Amino acid sequence: MRVASSADSSSNNSRSQMIMADSGSSDEVAVICNTDITSKESENNLINTMVERGTALLKKMEISVAEADKRTGKNTVNMQETYTVYLIETRPAESVSEEGTPAAPDTLWRRYSEFELLRTYLLVAYPYIIVPPLPEKRAEFVWHKLSADNLDPDFVERRRVGLENFLLRLASHPVLSNDNIFFLFLTEEKGWREAVLETGFQDKADSRLKSLSAMFRVKNPDKRFTALKQYSEDLSTVISQLLRIRARVADRLYGVYKVHANYGRVFSEWSAIEKEMGDGLQSAGHHMDTYAASIDDILEEEEHYADQLKEYLFYTEAVRSVCRKHELIQYELEMAAQDLSYKKQQKEELETGTVRIFSLKGMTSKLFGQETQEQRESKVAALEQSIQEGEEALKEKNAESQEFVEKAWNDIERFKEQKEKDLREALISYAIMQISMCKKGIQVWSNAKECFNKM
Amino acid sequence: MSGATVPADISGHMLDLDEDEDLEVFSKNTSLADGNPMPNSPDSMVNQFRLDEENEEEQQGAINKDIFVTVDNPESHISAIETFITYRVVTRTTCSEFDSSEYEVRRRYQDFLWLKSRLEENYPTLIIHPLPEKFVMKSMVERFNDDFIETRRKALHRFLNRIAEHPILSCSHHFKVFLTEEELAPHRKLGPGFLSRMSDTMRAMANSVRGLRSKLEEFAVMQEYVDDFSNKMCSVDKVTHRIIKEHREYMDELKQYGPTYFQWAESEELLAEPLKGVGSCVERCSKETEEQIQHLSEFLVPTLHEYVLCADTLKAVMRRRDNIQAEFEAKNEALASRTTDKEMLQEEVDDLADRVEQANNALRGDWSRWRTSMRADLKSAFISTAAKNVDYYEKEGGDGHANDKTCDDIRPMVAVFRHTVQASEEGETHEPQRHDGLSQARPLGLDRAGHIHLPEETHDRVR
Repeated sequence: MRVASSADSSSNNSRSQMIMADSGSSDEVAVICNTDITSKESENNLINTMVERGTALLKKMEISVAEADKRTGKNTVNMQETYTVYLIETRPAESVSEEGTPAAPDTLWRRYSEFELLRTYLLVAYPYIIVPPLPEKRAEFVWHKLSADNLDPDFVERRRVGLENFLLRLASHPVLSNDNIFFLFLTEEKGWREAVLETGFQDKADSRLKSLSAMFRVKNPDKRFTALKQYSEDLSTVISQLLRIRARVADRLYGVYKVHANYGRVFSEWSAIEKEMGDGLQSAGHHMDTYAASIDDILEEEEHYADQLKEYLFYTEAVRSVCRKHELIQYELEMAAQDLSYKKQQKEELETGTVRIFSLKGMTSKLFGQETQEQRESKVAALEQSIQEGEEALKEKNAESQEFVEKAWNDIERFKEQKEKDLREALISYAIMQISMCKKGIQVWSNAKECFNKM
Repeated sequence: MSGATVPADISGHMLDLDEDEDLEVFSKNTSLADGNPMPNSPDSMVNQFRLDEENEEEQQGAINKDIFVTVDNPESHISAIETFITYRVVTRTTCSEFDSSEYEVRRRYQDFLWLKSRLEENYPTLIIHPLPEKFVMKSMVERFNDDFIETRRKALHRFLNRIAEHPILSCSHHFKVFLTEEELAPHRKLGPGFLSRMSDTMRAMANSVRGLRSKLEEFAVMQEYVDDFSNKMCSVDKVTHRIIKEHREYMDELKQYGPTYFQWAESEELLAEPLKGVGSCVERCSKETEEQIQHLSEFLVPTLHEYVLCADTLKAVMRRRDNIQAEFEAKNEALASRTTDKEMLQEEVDDLADRVEQANNALRGDWSRWRTSMRADLKSAFISTAAKNVDYYEKEGGDGHANDKTCDDIRPMVAVFRHTVQASEEGETHEPQRHDGLSQARPLGLDRAGHIHLPEETHDRVR
């Protein structure tokens, strides 16, 4: 069901539940910081009763990004800027008002940077999930006719579609759809930004440096993740290349079609000086014009195919993000294990008095004589304490790692299936587009041939 | 008449014959149409000729055709001074003017030039099919490049056959000599000297500076048409070359596009099949485009080019006609102001008056003949191009269908699409239906019309 495009100014409708949601948000902040929380608990924390929990959000709610609009305002450096906002409409599924028509949707406006913030939050809050990507910030892989300007209406329109797709993907994700911040994003225009920041997710974000060093120093990488990372790099390369060449092909095809408009012009002029040939030439010329004009629609539709490919290009980045997170966890796990075994060895040394590892301790004891029995015993006790803590930490890390791996592979399998299906459909619809283009071509040139016959 | 120093008697004799026949030929034409059956020749050469012509409507050819010429077998001759190409010219004829029914000679390009200039001299206001140009600077083609030689050979073949079909030109003595004599050199030397040709040109220039007293309306109209036609032909020619260029660039990009799909297929499992499908479609597309370029270059381009040259020929013909008239007018004026020797001058003036008359008639007659043949040639060239394009799209569409078939579970979608397209072809409103048909193929939420697709729904439709 298509949500009616609102010409009426329902754009600044605030929902009555806003107050309730606000009061609940402080509880939720604590909840979200703890990524170990189960979905049941997060369900319980949500006060909003309009939408049931335990099932995908989308089943209960219609979501769309209906419009785009321009705003001007002052930015962070207090300068005037023009930006685009998008209207998000939500409505409970199967809602019908008294008259039998669909109820009016609730709406709010968001700009692109807010979408970005939402996504960044989700990346941190669910590091084991392949978070759906946003449509591109700036137009890339353009062929000459497409504008690279962010305010260009065609670009804005395609972005609108991409943003809607993003929200729908989130809403149909078994894990992400239950996130409260996401829910608030759809329902709370004001106060959402504060709510996100209050979750303190930025602190949890891993530093780039940490990730990088982890990548190089992991000793026992999980083969599956390594393979996945390689795959996503390969995919990223090949799709980029494909998009680049496709844009060039589109450019050339455009040239071929448009040049035929010259035939149209010349035939028309020529027909003026001919008697018997005049009519045939004139109508053939019209068909040439039709042919030349038809490329615009054809290529606009092909842009759609390019957008589908782009989505998966950006998805590869999300996949790599999950792999990086795993590397980090693996690294920390290895560090914890290494740390523990070092401590154990130290303890053994102290107890047996042998120095197996070259250490400063060993050196100093050689130089300055052995310690007293008392000293040694207190050291051993301290080590034992430390070892116990280390074992706890290792157990935790192990559990964390296992949980991560399990959750991640769940999502990876889900993603694989989604990818296969989506890309297959994209390729098929691309083939269908080509067939359609060919049919048009057949028609035009058959008509032209008829005209030439009449010459 | 200028240039009548060719074995003067013979040429004069021939000219007289022609002049008498001039007015009659065209009425004879119709009676010939009724009287003579089409020459029946089993020769493969004849068949080849007919195939080359691609033109069943050209009545004149069928009627007057008793001389069949082929130009083939280019060979290069290397001598101390120069290297050049000769072509084999084979003639088969039932014409009684010829002593034998078969001739075979070798000719080089210069020989063709000689023939053409002779014909132009003897029949100044007849429209002679153009020769291929001496050398094409633009395309940087080597003189002895195979493609160039082949293109030239075909054009030379057409040139001779057009003359053979022409009711007047085919009876030309020079034409006969060209086709039959083993050695052309001795005949060539008997042409008008360089100096006399120079004087002709100068006289022509003087006349054109003078201008004409009055030009018959019909020739003024003809002139205007010729100028316009020349412009249009040049434009069409230019556009066609541009189209070929764009096709070529498109093809180059396609050549890189296809392999990328194959490369992607290597890292996929389930997606490998559809990817390879698309990749091979793209490859076929690039091959088809290559064929399309080939076809354009082989059929449309040479025809257009010849008519560009024709336009120049027409301009020259109009000029020559004007010159003849100018010469007459000059002498006429001189006569008017003379007081002595009036009789001799009067004779000259009368002669010139006759010439003008003949020239005009010749042109008139040939003009409509040319028009018909131009129409036929261009029409068939364009039809052939359009047909090729239809063919191109049919093949590509076929590839697309083949690609579809490698993906089993989309048959229902394809069926929907085909149905939708059919419905739209039957004249129903086009756009909304198409969107519906395609929206089923779109993944989640990407329907531009704003429909939201629940993942389960799309899934169900696919299954």
